[in-house]
Amino acid sequence: MRERVVLDLSDVTSHASGSASPTWWGTLAFMLIEGTGFALAIVIYLYLMSLAPKWPIATPVPSLTAGTLMTIVLVASLAPNMLVTGWAKKQDLPKVRFGLVVMSLLGIVPLIIRVFEFPAVHVSWDRNAYGSIVWLMLGLHTPHILTDLIETLVLTCLMFTRHADNARRYGDVADNAMYWNFVVATWLPIYACIYWVPRL
Amino acid sequence: MADGAPRKDLRDTALDSAELDRHLTSIWHTRGGLWAAVSTVDHKIIGRRYIITAFVFLFMGGVLSLLMRLQLSQPEARFIGPDRYNQIFTMHGTNMMFLFAVPVMEAMAVYLVPLMVGTRNIAFPRLNAFSYWMFLAGGILLWVAFAIDTGPDVGWFAYVPLAGPQYGTGKRADIWAQMITFTEISALCVAVELVVTIFKQRAPGMSLDRIPLFVWSMLVTSFLVILAMPAIMIASSSLILDRLVGTHFFNPAEGGDVLLWQHLFWFFGHPEVYIIFLPAVGMASTIVATFTGRPVFGYLAMVMALISTGVLAFGLWVHHMFVAGLPRLGESFFTASSMAIAVPAGLQIFCWLATLWMGRPVFKTPLLFVVGFIITFVVGGMTGVMVASVPFDTQVHDTYFVVAHFHYVLIGGAVFPLLGAIYYWFPKITGRMMSETLGRWVFALIFAGFHLTFFPMHILGLAGMPRRVYTYQPELPWSGLNMMVSLSALVLASGFLLFAIDIFRSARNGPAAGSNPWGAATLEWATASPPRCYNFRRMPVVYSGEPLWTEDELQVASGLRVDRRELLVTAVVAATPQARESSVPHSIWPLWAAVATSIVLIWSIFTPWAVVWGSIPVAVALTGWFWPKGAPEEES
Repeated sequence: MRERVVLDLSDVTSHASGSASPTWWGTLAFMLIEGTGFALAIVIYLYLMSLAPKWPIATPVPSLTAGTLMTIVLVASLAPNMLVTGWAKKQDLPKVRFGLVVMSLLGIVPLIIRVFEFPAVHVSWDRNAYGSIVWLMLGLHTPHILTDLIETLVLTCLMFTRHADNARRYGDVADNAMYWNFVVATWLPIYACIYWVPRL
Repeated sequence: MADGAPRKDLRDTALDSAELDRHLTSIWHTRGGLWAAVSTVDHKIIGRRYIITAFVFLFMGGVLSLLMRLQLSQPEARFIGPDRYNQIFTMHGTNMMFLFAVPVMEAMAVYLVPLMVGTRNIAFPRLNAFSYWMFLAGGILLWVAFAIDTGPDVGWFAYVPLAGPQYGTGKRADIWAQMITFTEISALCVAVELVVTIFKQRAPGMSLDRIPLFVWSMLVTSFLVILAMPAIMIASSSLILDRLVGTHFFNPAEGGDVLLWQHLFWFFGHPEVYIIFLPAVGMASTIVATFTGRPVFGYLAMVMALISTGVLAFGLWVHHMFVAGLPRLGESFFTASSMAIAVPAGLQIFCWLATLWMGRPVFKTPLLFVVGFIITFVVGGMTGVMVASVPFDTQVHDTYFVVAHFHYVLIGGAVFPLLGAIYYWFPKITGRMMSETLGRWVFALIFAGFHLTFFPMHILGLAGMPRRVYTYQPELPWSGLNMMVSLSALVLASGFLLFAIDIFRSARNGPAAGSNPWGAATLEWATASPPRCYNFRRMPVVYSGEPLWTEDELQVASGLRVDRRELLVTAVVAATPQARESSVPHSIWPLWAAVATSIVLIWSIFTPWAVVWGSIPVAVALTGWFWPKGAPEEES
């Protein structure tokens, strides 16, 4: 087929950032997948609860300390996370490097707290269905913290190399920060479900 | 500057066609050799592989069905024992649903959607390569397990407690559950790629109301995959946990519930039907438009029907559980919603009929398959409305009536349009035409063979023959019809055999197709057959939904770089240009990531520690995948 040039794109930018970028949409799509997974876990929790004569089954309600501390740390981490996002948008390399180091540390802290959360639910996964679903919810959320931490660590290393100062890398940093917001956001309903629903 | 190494930031603007072809080929080309073959991220090569692999699974699943028909052809036959029979019907269903039907539809989209929206590669091409390797590994896992007598034997929906730790001893149910993980990972990856390709990589001017109907159908399908498949992944993972580490999700003695499995499974399982059916609807619309020489009647209504089918698909799952003893009110609700979904399906059928009525239909093989589809699907849809009624369903539940119904909707509703689509797009994919004479024979054999095989199953079901029995007694009034079904299955199989012969013959010796042999309207026909590695020399620009019918020459854009892989990112709604975005080069890392992931998944059937130790190579592979290697595509 013969071609006729009707549009000149020479001046169009060479990198789409923010919501214009395919990666942003891809990250959103993966959040939708994982968010559906979390929602289903909560549905299973409520379904099993609706069947049980007493909930939690044959155990005391979870202790609040570790889970609440987790929530505080995760919510507090949103502030530096927002700052990193802003610095990435401004392509401010020294600040992005600093921010990524801080976010790496803030990724490790929740993992340490999580170690104390498992005993705080006072039930093991193989004791009864209540234990199974609580461990499943914690077990579903923990890999999200872990994968985002690993991604942040890899990005931190990357931003100290010659590949760093590039709009595409800053886009990766912003998308990674967006994903951390998601990890925090999904924790809130799970926290409410595990720690507060049994107290209702 | 040496050949093949153009200067930095060289644009296509001033280059003539031959020079442009040379530059684009040098950066988009997949070299020969095994290493290059397993590193490629070309959506056409991966799509072709995907389609061929899925068809290989179709033929293997078909052989299983012939074995079942051999066993059931006469009462008390002794060809296959009960244990092997259990594995065979489970393998048949599992293979057809998870290794053929869903993957083949996504595979067609992997090949076609980037061409139809006028871009040079799918979004996230490496994820695409990864998804193919995961699919292949899942298929090999299932079939190797079957070959060593460890094939799943719990039915394709693996109900607990049969599939649970108490009754499903050995590793057979674990193989089923973990095969789910493989295929769902691959399906989810493709769904994300398709959503982003359709949202962000459409040709300038291809606003929402100009998107080809097949692309619309794949967009809705991808969202169904994204929202439905997490349910089966959670379900199958919980099943593995119950079996491996002693959780109690499905154990009523410790507060679990067996119906929880059915809810989770069918919350996925019913949308699954539409994940298979909606792409077929898109194929049918495309074929009807081309062979009547006019746009499909009621474009807006068709799109709305696709979307409303997608939404309603999530409100039907309980109709698979009518005999499970649920509250009456709930059953009534699901009866109503099950009948409601017949409305958008009917709407589409009337739109196709109107298009055929108002156009000048040319009954080539692809259109014959669409006509066969409409007839068969209407019958399947009618029995669907019948089983949506609780009293009727209670009567025929788990009988051959249901087997007949779902083969009518799945083969009639999806495989017929798919075969039409193969005849339709084969010239684009290979550059050669398939045989019209053989095509008519293929259609006749498959259409007649299908109805002769599956229609009598309605009667068998009404006569009380349960599904999944490996034999029956001679006193029961079923043997005559069963013999007829088995003989008819041979007619159906001969149709598929002839189809395979036609494929092989045409791929080698078919007449050359040219770029647009059917005179079709959509962008994939604006480029060579088979398309060059870069799809389009210059990015197309469209001004209508049927660009090849409304314009004499292809409208294109210029200004893209030719020293790196570059394509165009456009706005979600209006498809106005936003950026000249790079597309990643070939990479071996998706293969390593798939190998590492496969090791974790298979190992974790045996010990939970596999997840801990196996994650390390996965993390290494993913880091290798994303770490920049100095290619110009990695910079903005």
